[in-house]
Amino acid sequence: MNKTVKKNALFASPYIVWIAAFIIIPLLFIVYYGFTDRAGNFTLENIKAIARPEYYEALALSLILAVISTIICLLLAYPLALILRNMNMSKQGFIVFIFILPMWMNFLLRTYAWQAILDINGVLDVFLAKFGITGFNIINTPAAIVLGMVYDYLPFMVLPIYNVLVKIDDNVINAARDLGANFWQTLFKIIIPLSKAGIASGIIMVFVPSLTTFVISDILGGGKLLLIGNIVENKVKADNLNLAAGLSLVLMIFIVINMVFSGNDESDSVKVKGGK
Amino acid sequence: MGNKLIDLQGISKSYGKHMVLDDLNLYIRENEFLTLLGPSGCGKTTTLRIIGGFEKPDKGRVVFDGQDITNLPPNKRHLNTVFQKYALFTHLTIAENIAFGLKIKNKPKAYIDDKIKYALKLVNLDGFENRMADSLSGGQQQRIAIARAIVNEPKVLLLDEPLGALDLKLRQDMQYELIRLKNELGITFVFVTHDQEEALTMSDTIVVMNQGYIQQVGTPEKIYNEPENAFVADFIGDSNIIPGTMIEDELVEFLNAKFKCVDKGFGNNTPVDVVIRPEDVELVAPEKGIIQGTVTHLIFKGVHYEMEVMANGFEWLVQSTKMWPVGTKVGIKVDPFNIQIMNKPESEDEEAVGVDE
Repeated sequence: MNKTVKKNALFASPYIVWIAAFIIIPLLFIVYYGFTDRAGNFTLENIKAIARPEYYEALALSLILAVISTIICLLLAYPLALILRNMNMSKQGFIVFIFILPMWMNFLLRTYAWQAILDINGVLDVFLAKFGITGFNIINTPAAIVLGMVYDYLPFMVLPIYNVLVKIDDNVINAARDLGANFWQTLFKIIIPLSKAGIASGIIMVFVPSLTTFVISDILGGGKLLLIGNIVENKVKADNLNLAAGLSLVLMIFIVINMVFSGNDESDSVKVKGGK
Repeated sequence: MGNKLIDLQGISKSYGKHMVLDDLNLYIRENEFLTLLGPSGCGKTTTLRIIGGFEKPDKGRVVFDGQDITNLPPNKRHLNTVFQKYALFTHLTIAENIAFGLKIKNKPKAYIDDKIKYALKLVNLDGFENRMADSLSGGQQQRIAIARAIVNEPKVLLLDEPLGALDLKLRQDMQYELIRLKNELGITFVFVTHDQEEALTMSDTIVVMNQGYIQQVGTPEKIYNEPENAFVADFIGDSNIIPGTMIEDELVEFLNAKFKCVDKGFGNNTPVDVVIRPEDVELVAPEKGIIQGTVTHLIFKGVHYEMEVMANGFEWLVQSTKMWPVGTKVGIKVDPFNIQIMNKPESEDEEAVGVDE
């Protein structure tokens, strides 16, 4: 027994090296830079900097847009995952494939494509003009950024929810119907509670990249709308690593809060399978 | 037993090109324990799902208590189902599982609490209110599934192979438990199984199905002692099925020997199938038997010995409390009353008796 454990530990060692080299050590660097000034002396200035209006406004906007895009993703993804679950097996695979297909294309390209679509005199503008609709210009607005976030991150919401939903035994749903529950009662009392784990991972996987993105806001926000990600990017480019690290640490607090709130039901994913 | 409670009229159902049920007609009387018995793929579960409302028949009507419920969704039907593999709600406690149907119907809390207590007592699981479903054993989960169904006071309880996942001893205990429950509750049970012993033990009426057709309907005794065709004879218990000829009333010839029987009305010189249960074959000294043979196999089965006897080109399966060693010459005798004569299948419907085990 003990021998197997040791053997297994040996197999795990490359991952431990990986985690140490690329996650833990960089994280320690960020903490170090965050709490020091250029000369390497301890300081809280980089953390306190978030109190400056230009920074906390960016953080507030980031939080608002990330929350909105997460909610929109959830509202779009849940019904889609539910419809997928109820399809026959061969169709399910095909639709999931279609859904993942855009992810084969570069993320930047897809975002630039949206810029071309939304731009003044862009694809959408010209198309709408044919029907006499003008003035629908959302490029360089928060709406365009949210649209970009939803488009880019929606699959990350659909897939974990879908994965949990397909594991729910048909007869569990039939049992709810059998006991008198209508469609909505079955949905809210049985299906949604049993898919909490998928919803939680979906929320984390959409909220975290939405909160920290700087590319989407750069391309679809026209560089005028600064999210906290853009500010950190600017500081890195301006060679102010200490401030960038300090702001990143503040951002990390919100990510951890998000994970604590949505992640505490992770254990449910095991139970979903039901009768063993 | 009372009136017709459920009446299935001309039910047909197919999945794609595969015909699962073909013009099935069956009624279930009030307070009856009716078992749908057959090998997998015979349409028994589909029949149950049509009664429960989880499948819609392509053709035909489901009449419940005089009312056509063919198009009624499951949540509007006055019956409840106990599913294969229990299908408990794993995110709820046992009490919440049992209360589910009652809460949907907005029953008062005191009433629900009473019902939970009563149901747990009925299935011998008092005090399990706050446990989670997956902390229970298979047998306990199954009893909770039954409790969850019966608190709703359904007129009919549908059970879809509920004992299939349990081990042998537990399955036998649950069989007695189900009979007791049925007697205490006085409701109609429709039970689906592929286990003939289960069917014989519990049922008032057995419906033997194969390939979408009903093969025979009757009491367990009738199904066992007087199978109507070779499929039923073969599926229910062990049997010797031998092709033969009905010479005249009460006389049948098979394996080049004439046997007296009690069946009449088959006509003269009609080809028939003869069914003899292994426990009805009597082994005697060679000169006392109607035909003679040699014992080729011998197994001790506990209650009895099981032997195979080669006689006139047919391998007889014999069960007896008396042992005849392998190689012994024996005579075979059968009481006329224990010889069961069946018509050979003629129509296409009756062709569907092929054994697919």
